Amino acid sequence: MSDKKKVLPKNRELQPELVQLQRRLFLRSGLSLGALSLLSGCNLQDGDQVDKVLWAMSRWNDRVQSMLFRPNHLAPTYPASMITKPFPFNAFYDADSAPEIDGDTYKLEVSGLVRDKRSWNLAQLRVLPQASQITRHICIEGWSAIGQWSGVPFRTFLAHIGADTTAKYVGFKCADRYYSSIDMATALHPQTILALDFGQEPLPTEYGYPLKLRVPTKLGFKNPKHIAAIFVTNENPGGYWEDQGYNWFSGS
Amino acid sequence: MATADQTRRIIHPLLVRVAHWINAFAIVCMVMSGWAIYNASPLFGFDFPRWATLGGWLGGAIAWHLAAMWLLVVNGLVYLGYGLLAGHFRRHFLPLRARDLLRDVKDALTFKLAHQPGIYNAVQRLMYIAVLLLGVLVVASGLSIWKPVQLDSLVDLFGGYDVARRVHFVAMAGIVAFVVVHLALVLIVPSTLLPMLSGRAPRHAGKKPPKQEQQA
Repeated sequence: MSDKKKVLPKNRELQPELVQLQRRLFLRSGLSLGALSLLSGCNLQDGDQVDKVLWAMSRWNDRVQSMLFRPNHLAPTYPASMITKPFPFNAFYDADSAPEIDGDTYKLEVSGLVRDKRSWNLAQLRVLPQASQITRHICIEGWSAIGQWSGVPFRTFLAHIGADTTAKYVGFKCADRYYSSIDMATALHPQTILALDFGQEPLPTEYGYPLKLRVPTKLGFKNPKHIAAIFVTNENPGGYWEDQGYNWFSGS
Repeated sequence: MATADQTRRIIHPLLVRVAHWINAFAIVCMVMSGWAIYNASPLFGFDFPRWATLGGWLGGAIAWHLAAMWLLVVNGLVYLGYGLLAGHFRRHFLPLRARDLLRDVKDALTFKLAHQPGIYNAVQRLMYIAVLLLGVLVVASGLSIWKPVQLDSLVDLFGGYDVARRVHFVAMAGIVAFVVVHLALVLIVPSTLLPMLSGRAPRHAGKKPPKQEQQA
C-alpha cells in the first residue's frame, strides 16, 4: 500500500475537493481489486515483496520507454478508408454513463507552472490553429482501432498558456472523474492534440465531448476524455489506472 | 567430488543449466501473464482458464509480463551468445540432415528411438533449432506490439500491428507445444532430468563418450 501512496497525486495545484474525490476513487478501486487479490497474489495490490519488485520494474520500464521515445518520430497515419466503424467505446463505466456536458458553459481550467491561468471556452479553443490526423488508437487490452481526431496541437496550446516546458509532467482532470498525466516530451510531440472533433463532427459524448487528449504515441488509457482541467507540474500526478498498477509511461 | 568427476562426465555445462532454469521460470511467467493479457481482448473464440493465468487482473498481468520480459531477454541473449560463440549450438544441434531426421522420426513413432545422454538425435536437433527461432520470433513480435510507434519498421516487417499480434500468439503456441513435448519426453526418459540439475551423467550411460564439453 505504501508504494501506491507514493504515486498518488501530491500536487498542490489540485483543488481540495478533487483530492477528496480521488481518495474516494482510490479507496473504491482498492475494495474491488482487493477482492481479486484474494484469488491470486502478487498483483500489484497487496504490497508484498513480489509486488514491490513489480512496481520497481514498472518504474524501470518508465525510464527505458522515455529513453526509447523519439520526440519527432511520427506515429503511422492511415487513409480515411481504413477508419474503424463503429469506433469502440471504452471506459471504466458504461457508454450511457458518459457525462453530458453543456458546451456553451464549458470551461477548461488551467493551473500549475503556467504564465496564464485564465480558463478557456470552446470558441476560444476553436480559434487556435487546428490539426487533423488519422491514427491508430491502441488499447492496453490489445485491440486497436483507427480514427480521425482534429483539434489544437497540444504544444500550440502549451505555448498559449505559457507553460513551463522544462517541467516534467502535464496532468489532466476530467468531468467523468478520470485523471491521468503524461511526460512533457510526449506533451510536446507534434501529433499530441487537444481534440475537439472526431471524424468531421464535434466529439460525440461517448468519445469525450467536448475535449479529449489524443496521443498516438501512448496507449488508449493515456488519452483522457471530457477534460475539465489541465495542470503543469514537476510532481508525478499519477492517473486513475496508473495508480492501480498500469505502467505510467505506457508509450507505444 | 573428485571421484564423482572421474566417473561422471559433464553433459550440460553450468552456464547452460543456469540459463535453462532461468528460462523455464521466465517462460512460465511470460506465458501465464500473456494468457491473462490475451483474455482482456481475445483474438480467437476462446479464453484461457483463469487458473492458468498470472497477475490477477490486467494491470497485474502486464506488470508480470513486462518485468519477466527483461529476465527472458537478458538470459536469452547470454544463452544465444554462449551458444553461438562457444560452439555449443554447432556441437549439439548440427549437422541436421534430412536423412537422419526421417530415420529418427520413424524410430520415434515406433518407440525405437534410443536416448544417449549428451547426444541429441535429429528430431531433438530440429526441435531445439525450431524453438530457438520461435524464441527470436516471439521476442521480435512482442517488441513490435509493445512499441508499435517507436519500432514501426519492425511492425511493418510483420505486416501491421494486428498481424504482429497474431504472430506473437502463434509463436507462443509453438513454444508451448515445444514445452509440452519436452516435458513429455522427460516423463518418458526421467534420467534426463538429473543431469539438467547436476550437469553430469554416468559414464556407462552412453556407448562411447562423445566429445566432451568441459565446464569453464
